[in-house]
Amino acid sequence: MSTIVLKGRKVHGGLAEGEAMVTRGGFAGFGSFDVHTGVVVELGHELVGKNISGKILVFRSGKGSSAWSIGAQASRFTGNSPKALIVKKSNPQVALGVVVMRIPAITDLDEDPTEVISTGDWVKVDAERGLVEITKEKG
Amino acid sequence: MKLAPDEQRMLEGKKGLANQKAMQLLVEYAEGLGAEAFVDTNNVTVLTGLFPYPDLIKKLVPSLDPDEIASKFFLNSDERVVVDRVKAFTTSHIYRNQEYPEIQQGGEFLCEVTKIMEEYCKRIGIINLATCTPYQVGNLPVKGEHCAWTESSAIPFCNSVLGGRTNIEGLHSAFASAITGKTPLWGMHLEENRLGNVIIHVEVDMNEIEDWNLIGYYVGGQIGLDIPVYRNINKTPDLTRLMALCASGAASGSTVIFHIVGVTPEALTFEAASGHGKNLRALKYGTEQRKETYEKLNHSDRDNVDIVVLGCPHYTLERVRAVANMLEGKRVHENTVLYVTTCRMIKALADSNGYTEAITKAGGLILEDTCGIFFDFDTSKVLASDSAKMVHYVPSTTGLKRLWFGTTEECINAAITGKWKGELK
Repeated sequence: MSTIVLKGRKVHGGLAEGEAMVTRGGFAGFGSFDVHTGVVVELGHELVGKNISGKILVFRSGKGSSAWSIGAQASRFTGNSPKALIVKKSNPQVALGVVVMRIPAITDLDEDPTEVISTGDWVKVDAERGLVEITKEKG
Repeated sequence: MKLAPDEQRMLEGKKGLANQKAMQLLVEYAEGLGAEAFVDTNNVTVLTGLFPYPDLIKKLVPSLDPDEIASKFFLNSDERVVVDRVKAFTTSHIYRNQEYPEIQQGGEFLCEVTKIMEEYCKRIGIINLATCTPYQVGNLPVKGEHCAWTESSAIPFCNSVLGGRTNIEGLHSAFASAITGKTPLWGMHLEENRLGNVIIHVEVDMNEIEDWNLIGYYVGGQIGLDIPVYRNINKTPDLTRLMALCASGAASGSTVIFHIVGVTPEALTFEAASGHGKNLRALKYGTEQRKETYEKLNHSDRDNVDIVVLGCPHYTLERVRAVANMLEGKRVHENTVLYVTTCRMIKALADSNGYTEAITKAGGLILEDTCGIFFDFDTSKVLASDSAKMVHYVPSTTGLKRLWFGTTEECINAAITGKWKGELK
């Protein structure tokens, strides 16, 4: 097992660890997933059918509706939020989304997290210090 | 972050609990953005009427106490907060047709919640324009105005078409901005961030509204967070076409601003729109890209059409009139329903100009203050729309899987014949 550490910038503080769920695409807080189950439902999305609930969700950037934070907040109410977000390039939807989900998030990392992290890797997030520790599932 | 003295006082709770909660949320959000300061805003739009998850209101606030709903759902606060009056000029999009509760998700219950929240908004000084297109009916930002807007299609309209300045705000940040009159001085509020960095070489004719839906949808899906500059557009777009470009680009991607050389206010020249053209990447939009996008939006294995929904974003007067004219002497097919959605002010004008009567006489329904994206559909049905945004969202919001996208004329034809005969011309 190999461990990799990436350094980035805090979007929202907190500590979390869990299994990674990774897409090289964007993610919509409203429309990409079903807030009642955490399952990705957006047709054509790379993660369609997968569950983001309780995962460390890794993606390129926030996309889609400005109702992003409404879906994000609803997932907190149903207990289906991810544990943390790691975002290649953060944007307002992500910044507000993590405030209302009350979860840590990191962006602007020294390497592209969607390339370095694979689905299934074990990831520790220390958002205050901007640190992401990845234990590869394979290798 | 550097806080001004009045912002500091709000954060410390010296201006009441509502201001404190709102400022706490804004500070957390602004720090996440990387903003260093706030800017004053006196133009806010909030999505206070959008409740896509009625079961959560029932579960979390069974009393339907509006202050409790606003605290939990808008201010993200576990504690009940009573807002006195919002500081900024604020309009809202409270969406619910009260006449036809059964058509919409959440039925009577959400109609009730909407009424309660519309009264709540009135009480705290928010004006309900009841539309995703506030710029059509009473909230028209001007060039350089600092705004805090919600609604994906209205945001690029504010930035690109009007030259107003807003980031992509959500319900929670916009509600906090309404209360405090502050928004993070970041992103679109700063001139240097508004320059285009992707040239879109347009190689096709841009005559039809359909073309503006298609190009927006294609480009939105390609550019990520970049800013497109459209070149070589051979037709000056009207209001409906610009609205289609805004809506489709914000559905497939996250378009916050675009420039059309020679058309939009910050793009009088290509050089002005792009900051003299340094570090630009280029994207081609030709016949192939147009066809690929069209095929992406059309996915039905049946040629029958059960539902036609027009008016996403809320239909303009020009479109309402056009549809009324197309339906003259025609009759909507017995197996098909036709919905035309717009806001109460445009509906009132449609009423007084005879358009409502024309649409109704033909068997269609023109509905105010609602949105097909949140209708309650039998998921086995086939829907047709002239809006790429509508076709993009309905699978995830309604469960429909069979969808046709085309021109308004093709949609009206489908409503009359019950069959889809659309094709890309």
